Amino acid sequence: MLETIAYSIFNGVLYGTLLFMMSSGLTLIFGMMGVLNFAHASFYMLGAYFAYTFGLGTGFWVALFLSPIAVGAIGAMVERYGLRRVHQYGHVPELLFTFGLAYVIEELVALFWGTVPVPYKAPAALNTTAFTMFGLDYSWFKVFILLVAIAMFIGLWVLIKKTRAGLIIQGALSRPDMVGALGHNVPMVFTLVFAFGCALAGLGGVVGGIHFVTDPGMAFMMGPIVFVVVVLGGLGSVPGALVASLIIGILQTFFLSVDFSLAESIGTLGIEDSGFFGVLWHMEATRIAPVLPFLLLVLTLIFRPRGLFGKREV
Amino acid sequence: MTIRNALELKDVKKNFGRAEIIRGLNLEVHEHEHHVIIGPNGAGKSTMFNLISGRMKVSGGSIKLFGSDIHNLAAHKVNRMGLSRSFQVTNLFQNMTVMENLRCSLLWSEGHKYAFWKSVMRQQAVTDRAYELAERLNLIAQADITASLLTYAQQRSLEIGCTVASGAKVILLDEPTAGMSRTEANDVIQLIQRMTGENTLVVVEHDLSVVFELADRISVLVYGEIIATGTPEEIRNNAAVQEAYLGTEVH
Amino acid sequence: MATNTAAGGTNLLKLWPWMAAPLVAIVLPFIFDSGHAINLLSHMGVAIIFALSYNMLLGNTGLLSFGHAVYYGLGAYVAMHVLRGINDAGGEGLPIELLPLTGAGAGLFFGIIFGTFSVRRAGVIFAMITLGLGALVHSSSLMFTDFFGGEAGLFGYRDEAPSLFGVDYAPRRNVYFLVVAWTLITAILIFLLRKTPLGWMANAVRDNPERAQFVGYDPTIVRFIQFTLSAAFAGLAGGLLVITDEIVNAEAVGALQSGAVLLGTFIGGIGYFIGPIVGGVLVTFLESSLSAYTEAWLLYFGLMFIAIVMFAPMGLVGIVHTQYLNWKADDWKGNTGARLYILFAGLAGIFGLICVIELSYHYFRSWDPSAPFPLMGVTVDATSALPWLVCFGITIIGFGLMLFHGNPMLKRKLGAKSDGGKA
Repeated sequence: MLETIAYSIFNGVLYGTLLFMMSSGLTLIFGMMGVLNFAHASFYMLGAYFAYTFGLGTGFWVALFLSPIAVGAIGAMVERYGLRRVHQYGHVPELLFTFGLAYVIEELVALFWGTVPVPYKAPAALNTTAFTMFGLDYSWFKVFILLVAIAMFIGLWVLIKKTRAGLIIQGALSRPDMVGALGHNVPMVFTLVFAFGCALAGLGGVVGGIHFVTDPGMAFMMGPIVFVVVVLGGLGSVPGALVASLIIGILQTFFLSVDFSLAESIGTLGIEDSGFFGVLWHMEATRIAPVLPFLLLVLTLIFRPRGLFGKREV
Repeated sequence: MTIRNALELKDVKKNFGRAEIIRGLNLEVHEHEHHVIIGPNGAGKSTMFNLISGRMKVSGGSIKLFGSDIHNLAAHKVNRMGLSRSFQVTNLFQNMTVMENLRCSLLWSEGHKYAFWKSVMRQQAVTDRAYELAERLNLIAQADITASLLTYAQQRSLEIGCTVASGAKVILLDEPTAGMSRTEANDVIQLIQRMTGENTLVVVEHDLSVVFELADRISVLVYGEIIATGTPEEIRNNAAVQEAYLGTEVH
Repeated sequence: MATNTAAGGTNLLKLWPWMAAPLVAIVLPFIFDSGHAINLLSHMGVAIIFALSYNMLLGNTGLLSFGHAVYYGLGAYVAMHVLRGINDAGGEGLPIELLPLTGAGAGLFFGIIFGTFSVRRAGVIFAMITLGLGALVHSSSLMFTDFFGGEAGLFGYRDEAPSLFGVDYAPRRNVYFLVVAWTLITAILIFLLRKTPLGWMANAVRDNPERAQFVGYDPTIVRFIQFTLSAAFAGLAGGLLVITDEIVNAEAVGALQSGAVLLGTFIGGIGYFIGPIVGGVLVTFLESSLSAYTEAWLLYFGLMFIAIVMFAPMGLVGIVHTQYLNWKADDWKGNTGARLYILFAGLAGIFGLICVIELSYHYFRSWDPSAPFPLMGVTVDATSALPWLVCFGITIIGFGLMLFHGNPMLKRKLGAKSDGGKA
């Protein structure tokens, strides 16, 4: 039992940090620009694919650097030539634009790389075992994931709170005309913020593509969960995204690894395994696991729409 | 003759975080009177309107409409109890025509509620009243024009029309002559007086000539408190008011 | 967006679309009479009802839902269970013509349950709640296998059920006529709903919820009623689907289905009553037919959607309507040539783009890219440079002429007109 708990917590934290890397950019973009980027997971996917392709030529470490930049560049172009045009119509068309974009990116990825997962693997240097716990090996790559996530978090926090750039960005969000009058190029600020958020997603992809499978469906698979994280944590809050990611990561991993149902623990209490409540009573935790994040999403939106740490409501 | 209070604000407070915008506001508006609120910018006039009309919740105190509590009620409930308001920034149904705007404003008071089994166009009473309103607003010629295509002054007229249409007894007007030339402002004032004969009016205004022409009584709002209430003469001669607000602007 | 209200009474001449459409619909299966074609037509009918129900939310009330398939799919599932019950009872029970009503009932039921907490906010929060609910219901399909039938889904037999009119529904054409009947009924009902006090106030709430409050209406209640009615119609569509397909699986409540109705309705035009009709037909056609011709159909779909969002948010119907209004206002005089020039240049650009996309798909995805590849009637070798140059060339020239030559030309001509110059 202790084994299972420790394993769940460890893997859950790992999963959670990956979720954080995917969602930090999304919550940043929303907090700064009010744009909910439906295609955010698509940029994550692009990060994985670019890293794989660059890596074929330059090796992992250079790809780690190049891929987010490439993804950020694409994000910048999307903002400049697409989103900005739609911005005048309001938030709903923005959402629709990114929605369509997600479809198009997925199809293009499937076109260029095929529908079969690509063999994107960890570099040999990181593939060695770092430590063993309860009979399971944890490679250095897993440690690397944690390090990147921590670096991301610290970097973001410093950027927003401590630097001039962060101050300008915050100003541009609430008083764009004033900031413009002070000589800053506000549209450029928005483009940069969006590009930066996409680059973060791309960085998440570089790492996530190795840990998970890299195939064209990965965006649509991870996309909804990223939304859950961002809403639960509070739109615009980076610490919130971290906390929410860890909660969901640990919770889901726990449910998946523990063989547990209410009936088995508390006893059937004479409830049959049929009908809505009966089925729930007898259901094993593993089967509930996929539903969990969405349940959390709906509950959060009903009872506390601004999430754990969110300051503004949508 | 007993004067009933249409609107009564007792010790109303409103805080935004630690900022106290309204700090213990007391106001009595008599039924049928035209009551104008003046005060420097940032004194909290819009906030006060928002509290009365149900757009915001009070942090303390009470607001009564004809003796019933209305503070913290949802806006549509306040409206159904007989209070309506217009906005500083024109707030119409932009994609609907003039007649459609007026019809929508009448539907609830004519008792149609959420009916989905009868056609709007067949409701002759609604159509007639909308037509009559459009006439009084001098907007008959624009009856089938989309609201967003009207001139600014026409939009303001329509806004007043929609505000009055619901049959509210108490009407709040937020800077109705904002952004208008002298002639336009005069037209609007005449329109207001035409449309709101029997109603209780509470108007926020900056234009002092409008204020003194329209008002039965005036209240002065400074830093979230009413510092004086009285007839225009009384206010003109009130020392505290002169010091806080009118200064040398009195002509 | 036009609110599309009818001024005046029922002029018989104005009703001509309502009389022409059923006539056309009845004639169609005799023109396109293959089993596949009739099946497609039936699916179009179902899609039209689904899209019309969707636009009650989006176009009429301003509510963007990413999970409308929940009510469509759950309606289908309930109807399927009823059908199976009829089958098991030896073909005794509810007549098949009324089966869609069970779907509608289910849609209404779930609409009320989920609606109570979905509609308290509009805008992006509403959109996200629908997204979450959709994902929730879809992922719970593997939990409740009795209801959802597991991965394979559930099936039933439409010809083992009683008929009100003594019709045998084994033949597809008869099913099609049933679909047409329900589509017509639904379309009339939804059309009339737009003209009720609720329908008008839904528009009002969409445009300005605050002003709606200040004329006495609670926006949440308006949204709630629209939501539940819309869910009922979606469930009705689902119930019809059970009759046309005789099978239902969890994809019916899934994200793809929700996405398809959103894309289709928007492309058609959310500001017009017939927008969703056009959109529903288009989506059904693209999904089934185009996918036989090209692998790239989903890419075309996505690109079309983005193009509409960016350049023509009033949809295909809106484009036609705007041009028609321009024409009526004599805006076309003297620049018809320019307009046609832009149109044809644009079409050439689109043609070129399609060629590039088709070439790409062949190059990247086929087993042997160098094998002769039929592209628009011309056989090409995808590995040589020539076809690529030609196709890119057509695309660039087409769009280039449209944007940098045709558009400024039209602007100049319009400018000359308004300056009082010669037309």
